[in-house]
Amino acid sequence: MKYIDEYRDKGLVRLFAEEIKKISTKHVKLMEVCGGHTMSIQKFGIPDLLPSTVELISGPGCPVCVTSRGYIDQAIAYCRLADVIIATYGDLIRVPGSTSSLEKERALGADIRIVYSVLDALIIARENRSKKVVFLGIGFETTAPGSAAAIIKASMAGLRNFYVYSAHKVMPPAMEALIDEGVQINGYLGPGHVSTITGEKIYYDIPKKYGLGVVISGFEPVDVMQSILMLVQQIESNQPKVEIQYTRVVKPEGNIKAQQMLEEVFEPRDDWWRGLGVLKDSGLKIRENYQAHDAEKMIEVVVEKTIEPKGCICGLILKGIKKPKDCKLFGTVCTPSDPVGSCMVSNEGSCAAFYMYNR
Amino acid sequence: MKKNETILLGHGSGGKMTHDLIDQLFARYFDNPILRQQSDSAILDFSTGKLAFTTDSFVVDPVFFPGGNIGHLAVAGTVNDMAVSGAVPLYLSAGFILEEGFPMESLEIIVRSMAEEAKKAGVSIVTGDTKVVNRGQCDKLFINTSGIGRLEPEYEHISSGINIRPGDKIIINGSIGDHGMAIMSARNELKITTKIESDCACLNHLISESIMGCRQIRFMRDATRGGLGTVVAELVKGKSFGLKIDETKLQIRENVRGLCEMLGFDPLYVANEGKVVMVAGADEAGGILKRMKQHPLGTEASIIGEITTEHQGIAWLETVIGGKRIIDMLSGNQLPRIC
Repeated sequence: MKYIDEYRDKGLVRLFAEEIKKISTKHVKLMEVCGGHTMSIQKFGIPDLLPSTVELISGPGCPVCVTSRGYIDQAIAYCRLADVIIATYGDLIRVPGSTSSLEKERALGADIRIVYSVLDALIIARENRSKKVVFLGIGFETTAPGSAAAIIKASMAGLRNFYVYSAHKVMPPAMEALIDEGVQINGYLGPGHVSTITGEKIYYDIPKKYGLGVVISGFEPVDVMQSILMLVQQIESNQPKVEIQYTRVVKPEGNIKAQQMLEEVFEPRDDWWRGLGVLKDSGLKIRENYQAHDAEKMIEVVVEKTIEPKGCICGLILKGIKKPKDCKLFGTVCTPSDPVGSCMVSNEGSCAAFYMYNR
Repeated sequence: MKKNETILLGHGSGGKMTHDLIDQLFARYFDNPILRQQSDSAILDFSTGKLAFTTDSFVVDPVFFPGGNIGHLAVAGTVNDMAVSGAVPLYLSAGFILEEGFPMESLEIIVRSMAEEAKKAGVSIVTGDTKVVNRGQCDKLFINTSGIGRLEPEYEHISSGINIRPGDKIIINGSIGDHGMAIMSARNELKITTKIESDCACLNHLISESIMGCRQIRFMRDATRGGLGTVVAELVKGKSFGLKIDETKLQIRENVRGLCEMLGFDPLYVANEGKVVMVAGADEAGGILKRMKQHPLGTEASIIGEITTEHQGIAWLETVIGGKRIIDMLSGNQLPRIC
């Protein structure tokens, strides 16, 4: 396939592997903070090709995984209302809440529809004027502009039955929190899709404050290998900085229009991350101007008390402190078909990726 | 068949309307001496030996898709289940559950393609049943087919795979993922314009011609729901050998790959309806491949991997970039209602 096969070239990958091996002297831990990278690294068997000095660890890059159980519980409470249709990306449907899941509620008769784009949720709202359509807005700077655009569209079109329940988050606070907590990392593989929107400036503090490099990486094996090489070069020469490997997509300034839409619709708020707790200004709340489309403001529900699963170490895994195999539940009590923690649900989750490709 | 005629509850009443439907549609297209008796049971000749007996229900949505329809699938699916067990498929039953209001014209197209497919495969549809349910109580139509085939003693081991040993080769008769992605692309919600054709086909002739005279056919399975990945993962589970697939040898059509990339599906786990995975001794694999390639359904056949002594109980993929990863069983539901 054009524009993909070039980046899956065995010879090129091997060249990068040899170069990494040649220059790598220090033992380094590189963290990827994007679920797409987690998947790609496991799917292509990249760890196999690296020298023993280079270790890859997965961070909190899967939006489903870092979302709180309380959010799922509230989504379930919405779906139980007779006049509500839930529109959601497929990943969320199987995430366990405290006592149920959206999948189970759907089997009991709740109207829950899987969409591939938030714009499909707008169409559902247009076609079901007597119902309240709640879109579960999940994801980082990558998907948040989509939600913002949909809210602006709904507002302009007077589509009053369209709501977003926002769990949108921004990436930099989590990247900084991990280092503040003392997690041992020597560099970040920067998220390619997030950076397409934000550009490189959101990472400037990381080399400055913490002396760690960030290389914004693409998702194909050649991209990942080249990014690893760039990070290892930075570490070996002790010159941490923000660099873009994924130049065919990411511009230094990012996507200005998407940034403006984000700014127009959302404002920062403190938000809870699984494994990291509450991080300052890490969540996106819908501004008052658009509160007519904010499910939290406009739809009242009683939400059951959130119960966290026992024995699940998703939190430590998301911080890169533990690996999926360190969890007692992994592969026995917790499997993709019967997940306990969120890392096992989304196919971008560390546990699911590990289970699928690398047990 | 009158234009704009639809299925009514009366067609399932057992009365005159049911009889007319059977005479004018099912008996007309499926006609054969056994069915013609129209008795409560089909009476079949049975000599000594072993029978293969299988059943499958078909609920595919949509019922018409590029490369086939639910009827086509209902015959091929059951014929293939017998063929991959090493049996010669002989007889089929066909049970229909029809939704009130289903267009008679569409039903006729489906029944006709069942008859054509059965004729191609050399099987007779010898018994059947029709029920009609109220609108909304089933989605358009569901079909169940059961099949009976004759199993020669020299092929009895095939379905269990007990003779598999390290060094054996893995053969498949062509590209993977076509059926699943054809169904996905045919569903309106994605609004995809590219046309992906299902590979839906009866494999019994391809199989019998390819394995003719072979003594080292160890195992066969049609890679339907769960795809090639699930077949190989199941095959090695708890066994004292491993299984390697070479990703560079897998054939995946451009449009199938594109759609999989876009939707986040792994083609290894996407359904096929016209693909057989064979395990054969290394000495015979070349000959089997050669004969397979001569059959229209096997022109793109290839040897894609082998049984190994290392990594016992595990199927793994050597990736395009030379890395390794496990091929595990699919968990959860990748695509509902694809067959």
